[in-house]
Amino acid sequence: MADDILRIRTPIGIDYTWSSGPGSVVYMRGLENGKLIGRRCPACELVYFPPRNGICPRCGVLLAAEVEVGPRGTITTFCIVNVPFLGQTIKIPYVAATILLDGADIGMQHLIQECEAADVRMGMRVEPVWKDKSEWTPSLENILYYKPTGEPDADFDVYARHL
Amino acid sequence: MRDVAIVAYIEGQNTSATTLSPVEMIVPVVHEILNRANVQRSDIDFWCHGSCDYMTGQPFSFVSAVDALGAWPPIMESHVEMDGAWALYEAWVKIQTGEANTALVFGNGKSSAGDMNRALTLQLDPYVVAPLWPGFRSLEAMGARAAIDAGTVTERQMADVVSRSLRDAADNPNVLAYGYRDADELLDEPMTANPLRAHDCPAMADGVAAIIMTTADRALEMCDRPAWIRGIDHRIDFQNLGLRDLSRSNSAALASYHAGVTKDKVDVAELHATYSHHEIILAQSMGIDRSTTRMMPSGGALVANPLMAAGLARFGQAARQIFKGNADRAVAHAAQGACLQQNIVAVLEGN
Amino acid sequence: MAAPGTPPIIATVGPDGSLMAPLRLFYPYDRTVGAVIGRFLTSLAAKKIEGTRGVDASVHVPPLEFDPATGVALTEWVAVGDTGLVLTWSWQPEPFADNTLQQPFAWALILLDGADTPMLHAVRVASVSEMSTGMRVRAVWAAEPTPSITAIMCFEPESAHG
Repeated sequence: MADDILRIRTPIGIDYTWSSGPGSVVYMRGLENGKLIGRRCPACELVYFPPRNGICPRCGVLLAAEVEVGPRGTITTFCIVNVPFLGQTIKIPYVAATILLDGADIGMQHLIQECEAADVRMGMRVEPVWKDKSEWTPSLENILYYKPTGEPDADFDVYARHL
Repeated sequence: MRDVAIVAYIEGQNTSATTLSPVEMIVPVVHEILNRANVQRSDIDFWCHGSCDYMTGQPFSFVSAVDALGAWPPIMESHVEMDGAWALYEAWVKIQTGEANTALVFGNGKSSAGDMNRALTLQLDPYVVAPLWPGFRSLEAMGARAAIDAGTVTERQMADVVSRSLRDAADNPNVLAYGYRDADELLDEPMTANPLRAHDCPAMADGVAAIIMTTADRALEMCDRPAWIRGIDHRIDFQNLGLRDLSRSNSAALASYHAGVTKDKVDVAELHATYSHHEIILAQSMGIDRSTTRMMPSGGALVANPLMAAGLARFGQAARQIFKGNADRAVAHAAQGACLQQNIVAVLEGN
Repeated sequence: MAAPGTPPIIATVGPDGSLMAPLRLFYPYDRTVGAVIGRFLTSLAAKKIEGTRGVDASVHVPPLEFDPATGVALTEWVAVGDTGLVLTWSWQPEPFADNTLQQPFAWALILLDGADTPMLHAVRVASVSEMSTGMRVRAVWAAEPTPSITAIMCFEPESAHG
């Protein structure tokens, strides 16, 4: 029939208790105190930040030593976001970048602000801008974004193996 | 057909509420089973995983689960949004095609992450069933009543199943239901999800199960007495409960027939009977004589039900009975969906 | 964008130091229903229950889009009654917040008069002792029925209507 409905809404909400697991606690507690703590794999010796689940995904073994990384880092790759989407909280255009923190072997994703999108480039040196200390939680959201340090760009060779 | 055997089985500690992340639960089990079979990661040429994101509460959790495997150099891996027993089936097919020789299969679930009785509603028809939010326990209870009304299951039989499971649980350190009670004591308990009593329902658990399976040329290197998969099949019934006779499981009957269950005596059966009446319905549908077959020596899923691992655990527990020489011929079974909708059945033999 | 019902983030600490917090996942699913379910749900909003007739002449409620045995598309509609028979049932001692009833109630497979396959719905009774296999029930419509299975709020014993 022409007037029959075509669609229905069936919203589903499910409640969970989320647990970080012990392997990520060092990382989260670090953030709570303004420190960036990664962990080193005892097998391949790579330093992971974040040390997700406390596991080296390359070797499948528990990560060991805690290593403070950053806070500065190098942009290894980036993209300029021009597309609006539902739930977007940042004004477009903005830059999402992969940042290799000093001392880490794995890039992490964060925002780049305080510069024109067109000026962002591979090798650019950046540093974090933190929320006010009173708002810190055990979360990477404590860092609002990264901004250029003004240092000379890193040589490509420095991050070539971390792309 | 290639001869394929289960050569190792490990289950993680079942707990009522772990604080570990899914990846952290899986890692030690993978390490332990590689050690048990005395193989390296590089010996595993196919990895297959069963889990359910709705239960973990983490969309695409199966992607991060690969972190537990050491995927460098890149591995051949697959995932099913099902109990690990279905991952085992996929691995078995993979081996049959010749694309792999040795597979590591695992299933994991964190039942404590939320209200699983409610979350499992999301397996149902999303148009005219799930919006009512029946919960799974209610549906299983309707199945129990259908069987009781049909005269194929009695409350006494259900209590006997629970009593035996609790007795066997005493010999299994990895269970969450304790304390033997006889059928009379159990029948004195009040009904909760009428006609079910609390003990007719499974002891929900967080857990992991893992199996290594391989071909004839390597099986004896990894295991003194491999459990050869002599038949395996899986079948599915309608999703629509109204189209099914809930007092039996047609898909279990067909899968059992095609796996060859009734071709010879069955020494041991590990059936994925999550509710007490399931065992009776399954045995009837599958042609297993419960008076001559040792049923669920592990205590079964009633006494420890790590979702998405409990079915694979039945395969592992059945294989253990072969490993130990307690059985020459064992039946392993896993079920998914409401009221025994999907069933996978395998015949395992020691020779 | 916070999902409806998002709990406040109050972290607790596990015995191994794990940080724990309540988490609500919310999926605002918007589903296309197709012609058959669309007509069924639209009729429900008008307090009419309809099914489709299968190849073997069985009347299926809720309607099937395709015959379960042959796969043939089913196009013949049959109006059925809003009264019927409880084929099997169970008790829900603690309702979920999303259930149409918020006191303990029964679930049942209900064979509506004129249908050949039963449908799942809730049955409102004062206590479990009022439930029995084979009892007759009647639909209780929602105050403002929408095109949803919940247009029927629940069923209740036919005798309750006197």
